Amino acid sequence: MRAVAPVRETASAAREVIGVKRLGKQYGGGAEPILALKDIDFTVSEGEFLSIVGPSGCGKSTLLKILAGLMPASGGEALLNGTPIRGPRRDIGVVFQSPVLFPWRSVTGNVLLPADVQRLGRAGMEKRAYDLLKLVGLGGFERRYPWELSGGMQQRVALARALIHDPALLLMDEPFGALDAMTREQMNVELQRLWMERRKTVVFITHSTAEAVFLGDRVMVMTPRPGQVGDLFTVDLPRPRPLDVMNTGEFGGYVRRIRKVLNAGGALE
Amino acid sequence: MRYGIAGMALRILLIAAFLAVWEVVVRAFDVPAFILPPPSNIFLALYRGFASSLYIGHIGVTLAETLMGFALGAVLAFALGVAVALSRRVEFFLYPFIVMFQAMPKVALAPLVIIWFGLGITSKVVSAALVAFFPLMVNTITGLRSADADRVNLMRSLAASRWQIFWMLQLPNAMPYIFAGLEIAMIFALIGAIVGEFVGATSGLGMLIQSMNFTMDVAGQFSILLILSVLGLLLNGIVVAIRRRVLFWDQSQKVDAAANASSETGGVS
Repeated sequence: MRAVAPVRETASAAREVIGVKRLGKQYGGGAEPILALKDIDFTVSEGEFLSIVGPSGCGKSTLLKILAGLMPASGGEALLNGTPIRGPRRDIGVVFQSPVLFPWRSVTGNVLLPADVQRLGRAGMEKRAYDLLKLVGLGGFERRYPWELSGGMQQRVALARALIHDPALLLMDEPFGALDAMTREQMNVELQRLWMERRKTVVFITHSTAEAVFLGDRVMVMTPRPGQVGDLFTVDLPRPRPLDVMNTGEFGGYVRRIRKVLNAGGALE
Repeated sequence: MRYGIAGMALRILLIAAFLAVWEVVVRAFDVPAFILPPPSNIFLALYRGFASSLYIGHIGVTLAETLMGFALGAVLAFALGVAVALSRRVEFFLYPFIVMFQAMPKVALAPLVIIWFGLGITSKVVSAALVAFFPLMVNTITGLRSADADRVNLMRSLAASRWQIFWMLQLPNAMPYIFAGLEIAMIFALIGAIVGEFVGATSGLGMLIQSMNFTMDVAGQFSILLILSVLGLLLNGIVVAIRRRVLFWDQSQKVDAAANASSETGGVS
């Protein structure tokens, strides 16, 4: 048992935003409970972009739900800014796989939803919403309604919404999984640009190995049954990374490294 | 609309032809007026009824009963629907009553209602409210419970309170269902008012039909039926017009009010 394991991965002085120690999750209390997560250990420091990649069923969505406070863990602990996550928190922004927009709210209204829930007042927030919409490339769409937008545009609205209340942490659960390949690559480039401008701490869940490497400062590979950390490594590619970086040998090396872990875990078949 | 002006003209021509055939057949075969009067007699009765201002007062009474019954039934149905949808406990204890009430043809209560509330307008309002109540309550419950799990998770991840989830998500989300319920309830209220008048009343269109029946004034009865049909269309049109304004965002129009109404009327008529 590791008694004290502060800042194991990054030796720099960066502040730790997320600290996960020996985290476990068990479903069902019967004779044979299902072990979804086992002994998950990792930290994320301020301003870092962590990609979590793994096949479906490896517990990565469960992990995100625990971090978002939507689900309790059954063992270990998850800390956000030094305090345990015991329920939903206002300093987290979540982007789900589907945009989850409210059709009765305009684009701006949707972006303002977290501000309304947290009673931040509309006055200053509206200006902020317009700025964020511009940032995600939706300037001029403020008064439109979700059904008037394409899937990619809807996901941009969801991204702006996740940032409106200036959260300390952005959790993204396969946000581009439902988009076509070309839109997806474009969104990856834009997310990188946005992240470089805002320097939020991001935990990004995906089942695409290329997406994980392209976006991540570090990549955490998860293997299924039970969900465990198979590998955790730093991606040493200069930013901003152009899409061409995917054709380089270095990039390929990282992707191969992920595949190797997943193959060893019997995940890719 | 799709068939253009020529189609519209053809439609009117068809109605005219129908009335002409009716007129000719009745006259040619000398059908007695107390079995089937010719359309000309019906229109004459309609004209005389309005000219002597006999109909105006009765229309006013039936309309007032219908609207008040609708309002009363709608308020109660909405309140109870919200209570049942939000509280498992309320649902558990009310369930036997709801099932009993649902299976019962509400119009069968009309004689009792007359005994309890007298021959005046009150008994008709109650009878209209009783009939209008159920479809709206059921739709309110269904609508409030139909909130998408992702949307609920989004609200929870923002640390929204139960009331915020209700006001910002469940209620707007239920509006298409509620309006479908209101459309049915409006027509049902008219049915309830007429049935109440059949059983015992001093004024109203239902009472008028009854008294004309005793005097074998079949043309008069047909003229009232025509009025009732126009009244029903008008009342429904009002609800539909409000729905279109409020539910501008409901692109799917997922709840088909007409389909619901036809399946619901089976239990009442």
